Amino acid sequence: MSILAVGSRRVAESRLRNMWRWRNAIITFGIGNPVLYLIAVGLGVGSLVEESMPGGIDGIPYLAFIAPALIITAAMQAGQDEVVFPTLAGFIWTKTFYAMRATSLTGAQIAEGVLFAAFGRIVLTSVVYGLVLLLFGAVSISGALGVTALAILTGTCWAATMQAIAASVHDDGGFLSLAGRVIIMPMFLFSGTFYPLSALPLAVQWIGWISPLWHATELGRWLSYGAPTPLWQVCVSVAYLMVLGVGGVVLARRRFERRLTS
Amino acid sequence: MILQALTSTTAVAIAQRRAGLADAGIRSGRARMLLLRNTLALRTSNALAFLTGFVEPVLFLVAFGYGVGALIGDVSDGEQSVSYAAFIAPALLAASAMNGAIYDSTFNVYFKMHFQRVYQAMMSTSLGPLDVALGEIGWAMIRGASYAVGFLVVATLFGLTTTWWSLLLIPAAMLIAFAFAAIGMSLTSLMTSFQQLNWLQFWMLPLFLFSGTFYPITAYPDWLQVIVQATPLWQGIAMTRSLAFGVIDMALMGHVLYFMVIGALGLLATTRRLNALFLR
Amino acid sequence: MDVAFPPGRHGWLCPVIWARDLTKSYATKTSGDVLAVDSIDLEVGPGESFGILGANGAGKSTTMRMIGATLQRTSGELTILGHDPQHEGPLIRAHLGVVPQQDTLDTDLTVRENIYVYGRYFGLSRAELQPRVDDLLDFAQLQDKRDAKVDSLSGGMKRRLTIARSLVNEPSLLLLDEPTTGLDPQARHLLWDRLFRLRETGVTLVLTTHYMDEAEQLCERLVVMDAGRIVAEGSPAHLIRTHAGREVVEVRFGAQRSNEVVPHLAGIGQRTEVLPDRILLYTEAGEADLHEIVARGLTPTTALVRRASLEDVFLRLTGRTLVDE
Repeated sequence: MSILAVGSRRVAESRLRNMWRWRNAIITFGIGNPVLYLIAVGLGVGSLVEESMPGGIDGIPYLAFIAPALIITAAMQAGQDEVVFPTLAGFIWTKTFYAMRATSLTGAQIAEGVLFAAFGRIVLTSVVYGLVLLLFGAVSISGALGVTALAILTGTCWAATMQAIAASVHDDGGFLSLAGRVIIMPMFLFSGTFYPLSALPLAVQWIGWISPLWHATELGRWLSYGAPTPLWQVCVSVAYLMVLGVGGVVLARRRFERRLTS
Repeated sequence: MILQALTSTTAVAIAQRRAGLADAGIRSGRARMLLLRNTLALRTSNALAFLTGFVEPVLFLVAFGYGVGALIGDVSDGEQSVSYAAFIAPALLAASAMNGAIYDSTFNVYFKMHFQRVYQAMMSTSLGPLDVALGEIGWAMIRGASYAVGFLVVATLFGLTTTWWSLLLIPAAMLIAFAFAAIGMSLTSLMTSFQQLNWLQFWMLPLFLFSGTFYPITAYPDWLQVIVQATPLWQGIAMTRSLAFGVIDMALMGHVLYFMVIGALGLLATTRRLNALFLR
Repeated sequence: MDVAFPPGRHGWLCPVIWARDLTKSYATKTSGDVLAVDSIDLEVGPGESFGILGANGAGKSTTMRMIGATLQRTSGELTILGHDPQHEGPLIRAHLGVVPQQDTLDTDLTVRENIYVYGRYFGLSRAELQPRVDDLLDFAQLQDKRDAKVDSLSGGMKRRLTIARSLVNEPSLLLLDEPTTGLDPQARHLLWDRLFRLRETGVTLVLTTHYMDEAEQLCERLVVMDAGRIVAEGSPAHLIRTHAGREVVEVRFGAQRSNEVVPHLAGIGQRTEVLPDRILLYTEAGEADLHEIVARGLTPTTALVRRASLEDVFLRLTGRTLVDE
């Protein structure tokens, strides 16, 4: 018994084939993006940080501090791209979902297939990123395994959430660029990615608390170099990510089904 | 008869008045009509993208200036020592002028060129390719200037502006937007698929990260510093930083000249390419 | 500025369009240079409505774009209203109204703004444009859609808006590239009615089409293009008389008998064309010829006598082979 129904696998297959046509871009961006951020922020900004805090944050180099946040962000971004774009295209731009629905596929299978293909991209991105982190000496081998697995989990949960949101977008009206600027960018900047959340005034700290990126990053730091994290926080963060993931899948399946049958 | 020709307002009479000029074949002197068009278009569809452009540099300023800034303290770039927020603020202003101009002159222009066919319609009026190039680049400059004004207000509220020279950041942002829009539009006019636009976008990232935006380029080895200094965003950041810190010297003239030259080259290339695309 | 023309066949002192050996060739990667337009001669006088007929790929749109001063010729001569499009493009375009084959309406603007902004591109003043835009919205019967976005319009409405927009500079020459392709019959007839009114105001119309009924409705004179060349020229009536005759008899004998029957039809009509499913006889007196066929004992399964049309001319001149896009 496989996890996915035959129908979902077919949808995933066609999505993966589509991604294959973009392989050069996916691979270059997948490697280029982490390398650029690691050099510029990890080493460039890091040298400034270590000048004023010779011990680094949590007693580790700045590069090691931001590494978990960077890999998780990349996984979330990859997952979001691979669900939001095909979902908007399938419902609005090219309407391929309606053509798929006219065959024996169900809406839920289409939703699953798209998410599963995105999962493939998330795995690829996370593994590549994990290797780059290892090469930069930003994580230990066991740490790399931990943060890579965590990035895959977080990326997939986030993709499910975004798929549920994208499934209810009816007028694309710049949703893509808006999602990037209003959701992703603030999340990237205010989730304790580049500094401990406590460095910010309380007025903006709440962004971190609701941000899956912050929860995942804290988990990542705990896994990667054993940052002091109370057990209850670990449990809350894991639960939060799981709720996003499971809730996203359930909602997305239902919304796909409803939109393709009404 | 002559009086009539001067006051007549028909399209033909308007065109005849310019017919003798050297650039009559490529310019009608009405680039501002594109600004009118884009302003009207803003109302119906593009307002959100325009507005969110204000927010991005502010977010970066808060997150890096205050978040990372708390870890860093003061930064010294050569002789001066300033807070980290004050150090990155002018750089973020230059980068937002660049980003706004690039977004307008690449994605928006590509869309107008290949899907909306707006330029085809324009070229079948008495507008010429130089009008279109000037109009779109002028629009990018207005965008750059409005982002600069918005950002300057925020930076002043945060107490990051210390000299009246800071007011010159507005024309500086326009100059940066001019050059990037001209180059961006000339590249876009050569493109044949959306994928190429994504590549362009990809190359913007190292420009943004490595041009001394977040740390002084003295962190690099000498040979790398020379290369970075030749890139346009570094030139822009060096210009905005020296204005923000009130360092007025000959280097400033060098930056201005740099942008004038690459902007003019981009404008020339764009005009030639539009001519080849739509009038040949 | 006024150019002296050699007296043309049509004798206009100052033709609106005048072309000699007009040629456009494109370099292609696969098959070398392709002649899109192959040394054609054209003359269109003021106030004429002139048609260019041709199948897809015959060179109609290329010719239109050269006339519209948005495409440079490879060789030959061309003047539009006495000006050379090579050097005076903007001036020529100020005289023109252009309705391109594919809509180029600005989807970021409303219906009214589309006309208004287009007028501003020509340099017309705001005060002057306000009443004119209103008139044009009336003309295009789009008053109640004035503040709608372009995307919400039907195909026919978009065409009418494009035509209204092209009139904003009060052009003396209107170029219409396949104006009614893709429209339903109601929309086409409404559009023809609008174009007919324009003709009455003295605007010179040049249109391309592959609809023969459209050409018969709208054109006083036309040329037929095939593979970049002009293969016939004249009024619709003249072309039909010369190339098709007065009437056509269409008879069917069934697939098997068709070929056997052909030799027995000798002497009936001026010209016979054998098609897979039927035989066409081009003739002066259709009814009499049909009687003759029956008299010879060749009773057809179906028979039809009709007036010869421009379609017969067109198919005769350009052949029945399917032309791909």
